[in-house]
Amino acid sequence: MISLRYSDVEDELRASVRRVLADRAPWQAVLARVESSDPYDTGLWQTLAADVGCAGLAVPQDRGGAGGSYREAAVVAEELGRAVAPVPHLGAAMATAALLSGQDCGLLAKAAAGEVLAVLALPLSTRPGAGLPGTVTADGERLTGAVGGVADALPADLLLVPANGGLWAVSREAADVSEVISLDMTRPLADVTLAGARATRVADAAPAVAAALLAGTVLLASEQLGIAEWCLDATLAYVKRRQQFGRPVGSFQAVKHRLAQLWVAVTQARATARYAAGCLAEGDPDTAVAAALAQAHCGPVAVQAAEQCVQLHGAIGFTWEHPAHLYLKRAKADAIALGTAAHHRDVLGDLLTIDR
Amino acid sequence: MRSDELVGQVRAFLAEHAPATTERLEFLRARFDAGLAWVNFPQGLGGMDLPRDLQPVVDGELAAAGAPDVPLPRVGIGLGMAAPTMLRHGTVAQLRRWLRPLWTEEEVWCQLFSEPGAGSDLASVSTRAVREADGDWVVDGQKVWTSTAHEAQWAVLLARSDPSAPKHEGLTYFACDMSAPGVEVRPLRQITGEAEFNEVFLTGVRIPDAHRIGEVGQGWQVARTTLMNERVALGGDPVPRGDGMIGLVVRKWRARPELRTAAGRDALLRLWVAAEAGRLTAQRLREELAAGQPGPDGSAVKYANSHLNQEISGFELELLGDEALRYDDWTMRRPSRRDWRERTSGYRYLRARANSIEGGTSEILCNVIAERVLGLPREVAG
Repeated sequence: MISLRYSDVEDELRASVRRVLADRAPWQAVLARVESSDPYDTGLWQTLAADVGCAGLAVPQDRGGAGGSYREAAVVAEELGRAVAPVPHLGAAMATAALLSGQDCGLLAKAAAGEVLAVLALPLSTRPGAGLPGTVTADGERLTGAVGGVADALPADLLLVPANGGLWAVSREAADVSEVISLDMTRPLADVTLAGARATRVADAAPAVAAALLAGTVLLASEQLGIAEWCLDATLAYVKRRQQFGRPVGSFQAVKHRLAQLWVAVTQARATARYAAGCLAEGDPDTAVAAALAQAHCGPVAVQAAEQCVQLHGAIGFTWEHPAHLYLKRAKADAIALGTAAHHRDVLGDLLTIDR
Repeated sequence: MRSDELVGQVRAFLAEHAPATTERLEFLRARFDAGLAWVNFPQGLGGMDLPRDLQPVVDGELAAAGAPDVPLPRVGIGLGMAAPTMLRHGTVAQLRRWLRPLWTEEEVWCQLFSEPGAGSDLASVSTRAVREADGDWVVDGQKVWTSTAHEAQWAVLLARSDPSAPKHEGLTYFACDMSAPGVEVRPLRQITGEAEFNEVFLTGVRIPDAHRIGEVGQGWQVARTTLMNERVALGGDPVPRGDGMIGLVVRKWRARPELRTAAGRDALLRLWVAAEAGRLTAQRLREELAAGQPGPDGSAVKYANSHLNQEISGFELELLGDEALRYDDWTMRRPSRRDWRERTSGYRYLRARANSIEGGTSEILCNVIAERVLGLPREVAG
């Protein structure tokens, strides 16, 4: 049976990641960075990927990784969600999963060590199982075409581009990567254009992309859990402190009941996210169901938590100078990323033979 | 004790009490006396002071040997609520008298808590317990919403022993013999047509002081143990995926292609996701409890399950459409067991309305979560 608890090792990993983030990515720093010309914190990512070892957690030691598992990777995703940290962890994890699914090409070990940041060039809104966009074509070892709305491409060293049935590595310099003004300011998107860019084929596209999307949906669910936890914790702290009518607003039942219901939802999100991470880590036959379930559940919970966070903070929650909006934007963008909850329910229906 | 040692003990027990040749009640009594009833209970009281998570080892061995069934742990008022309450607050003599017949179901228990004037505000019960010169008690009052009172030999009873004390401090907790003179049980018909519940009238009922559980004036603390266990019990035991109400509706969907619509499919999948999330949450809670970590209140699981059941049963009616307009039976009767699977969809819908009222209303559960789990301040002193 898949354990749904956190192990001691996972708790220790969480503590170290949280320490780094508290030091390097307090929300004031995150807000300042997303308004700068350099919205990704590549220095912080270096620390997390290489020094803490987050980039290679899901990669076996004999392939150059840290020999952890997706359970630990999911704990890191939770913490990065809690901090809405502007680091390319989702793109990196998906590219690593893609490389892991294929033959070794020398790239995996570098990605796992945090030496090279490779990112899968697919729109963030790509729905698992819905087919590849096919907007890039390969002519020999030259790629031409465009991919819009790619997450984490801005700080990437390498782009992994699906074209003509293959997955191709293209150096960042060989591509035109232009920043998009994005709803989620802490994970800005980019439009990627390739005009005869030199490329190296590293894997077959279909299994690599499927593996990347599966790992992505599982890790995204844990990120969403982290977002929801922060929103709940921040709101609780605020309503205990904020006084109106001579008492804390958190003593009013209208406020208490919403928070109790949100706590129930977050508790459930934790169980589904842990189950998905455990299934993926152990290669369980139920992984596809677990991943779709986690996405169908955690996406809406993160949005609910962020919306309640804005509402229960009152007017201060609507201001630029309060961090709630960073979480709301991330939560809503995440609810569309890698398939909406409705898409994942549809997938579940097929997996469970709840037929049309 | 390791699980293989426990397996050895179970096999030794089975060698002495072969299920095929031992009468059911005799087998169950022997099982209790061997400490194999609930291994987490103390020695001499049906258990062996072992961790609760070793119980499935015993149950698995006994089931494989064809041993007679026992009720699921934590289900029912006796096993789920009275027993853990007694274990925490009762005397050794009380435990020896009551636990074995409770576990073997020779004696059924019910719960005399709620009153017409004391529902969510349970601590305001007004049933009076007056102490006589000989130290025994005489109880007068009216209780309500009492499941199984018409079958019960015993009741746990919350009564006011000191009307002059603040309301939480003037209560005392008793075990009441339901066959005592002055106990009158009347069926209370509910919206499904049947009567699971009762009104219980107590008129000059004598209760020996030896049947008091906990100290005089400590009734509220004792009752809280019962209520906490009630919510754990209502929160449910492990169930496989696709069991329960959601499984029933999914099977109906599969069997009846003519009922399917695109909107219906998404609605059903929403419910499936909620049911599976709830099931995994309960599983995670059990893992935390087994690991000895004080998990969050079972209130959360109870809260989520009751609303889920209501939504699923409501969906079932809309899925069935025309058929759902027909009900099976409004006759006033006593359901012998919870036969909700065999009844019409309308019955399930109506019965599920009680889920968010019985064992603490959802509104009270939200207060409990907000105050005890989240640490939010109380709204009013009560």
